[in-house]
Amino acid sequence: MNLLLLHTESDGGLAKSSLEALSATIALGGPFAVGIVGESTQAAADAIATCGAARFLTVTGPDYGQARYATDAAAAEALARSAGAEIITAPATSRWNRVLPGVAHRLGGKADTHITGLTISEGKPAATRWFYRQRMEAVFTRTSRPWLLALEGGIAPAWSGAAGTAATEAVTPAASPRTQVTGFAAPSSDQQTIRPDADLLFVTGAGWTKKQPDGEVKTAEAETIILDFLRITRSSLGSTKSLVDLGGEGVAVLPFLSHMNQVGQTGSTPRHPKGLSTCCHGEEPHTVGWRFIGERRAISLDANCGWSRGKADVLYVADAFAVMRKVNELLA
Amino acid sequence: MNIIVCGSLVPDPLQTLEPIAGPTGPALKNEMMLPSWLDPWAGHALYEAANLAAKTPGTKVYLVSLGPKAKLQQVMMTVAQKVPFELVALDGPAGGFTDAAETAAALAAAIQSIPGLNLAETLVFGGWESASRGAGATMQIVGEILGVTEQFQGVDSLEVQPDGSLKIMERVEGGKHQISVCSGAPAVLGWATGSLPEPRNNPQVGMANMRGIMPSLQKAKPAPVTTGDIAFASVSLPKQTRDTKIVKDTPPEDIAAEIVAWIKG
Repeated sequence: MNLLLLHTESDGGLAKSSLEALSATIALGGPFAVGIVGESTQAAADAIATCGAARFLTVTGPDYGQARYATDAAAAEALARSAGAEIITAPATSRWNRVLPGVAHRLGGKADTHITGLTISEGKPAATRWFYRQRMEAVFTRTSRPWLLALEGGIAPAWSGAAGTAATEAVTPAASPRTQVTGFAAPSSDQQTIRPDADLLFVTGAGWTKKQPDGEVKTAEAETIILDFLRITRSSLGSTKSLVDLGGEGVAVLPFLSHMNQVGQTGSTPRHPKGLSTCCHGEEPHTVGWRFIGERRAISLDANCGWSRGKADVLYVADAFAVMRKVNELLA
Repeated sequence: MNIIVCGSLVPDPLQTLEPIAGPTGPALKNEMMLPSWLDPWAGHALYEAANLAAKTPGTKVYLVSLGPKAKLQQVMMTVAQKVPFELVALDGPAGGFTDAAETAAALAAAIQSIPGLNLAETLVFGGWESASRGAGATMQIVGEILGVTEQFQGVDSLEVQPDGSLKIMERVEGGKHQISVCSGAPAVLGWATGSLPEPRNNPQVGMANMRGIMPSLQKAKPAPVTTGDIAFASVSLPKQTRDTKIVKDTPPEDIAAEIVAWIKG
């Protein structure tokens, strides 16, 4: 039997990535169980009651409402042992990514994260993931069991079946955590620039902070243009490493950028339907930030820019200040 | 308190990487010829460790590093000038296709062999994933082998509070940080970028470090990690080339209108 590990969200429901992992697990074929961890789990189980799972195992309680290694690892281990699963899947949330490799060690198995494809080849699961920071892609399988796989978002369509009433089986792990989750830190909603569910990724490059044709640096105007665009479109903001590093080195650049915004070789590789890069320059190490963006357009003064040539669908050879000013006017 | 930093080598990110089939699994073309760097996230972990040690008298920083001995020596010539540490070297492959579990076992064994180390007063640092394997798995397994069940991944901030507890900020979804308080060491922290810039080279620190680094390299234990039980069906470069349409000599107004239509479309 296979096992899908899920955790509830703060509202007791399941995230889209959980429903995508459910679809991917169903596609593996064969009987499977669902293991759900959370402060309360029945509502989540009911929401996917008709998914075809043979068993609904739950670890429930206030301790399991917190995303914390000690309790989450104990819960996952107990669920896996209860299900006797050989293939264990989970959505690649920060919560499951934190614990799955350690759980695999406890179970005598192996774990792989960042799985972007999962198929059956010659009767065995075959996983796809990237190596060297999205610079090469491998398809592989393992002989170790259990094999734990953290599935990236978008790996399959989100499951959308009818809700029902799930017959759940409670599992009780043993854990003695020394850690308490005390809260979350995030910019206020009007200052938050990272929006994973946004339709558009807007990437800013170091060109915004360079001397413009009139010989002046126009950082303040760049800030206004960029933030206005984000406010109007509710896009997610990405940045190249060079621009983020300038801020980290104490240079007054774009104060709202941090390493959290960085995309590329040493940053994130976000997934959005569309991407618009502006004033970006660089070669392959930076363009990996584009890898999971669907439609891509770029504004650059350099027609041969590595961010754009061969990577974008359309490259506008133009002054981003002038174009984005007009874009904001049209969108306002 | 002791801080152990696990960190290995990765190819210079500006190099072109090409996979080839090696005798024991996938490898990189001319892998031994590629210039290497300290893995960027492990580097952040090392700089954060040194910063914490500087503020906490009596704290010693160890860098446990697995890589080909010759490569380690090359990289340490640079890293040694950044911050004070004692190197624990392991001689073995550092490529991205080696198995995280085997690497973790080798690192954990090296940590356990450090003379006089009191694990109960030790923080184990590393990158939250490497820029080679990119598994985000090694540190958790190291922690499990060492029996450390207080673990944190994607760490950007660590603050030791007056009572010795650890206030930690980890990256979670949506550009947020989760804030946790752990009662104290031992703990495993897989660092994201932290908040410190790369330290400037300090030749005096470099000279002091090198006095320990060269003997450590000479007595580096072999760590013949492999791809383990992984069977690779294929390893390939992404075929990303797009037929880019170049729009030149067009007024900003027209470009803006086209972009707006595309965004709304």
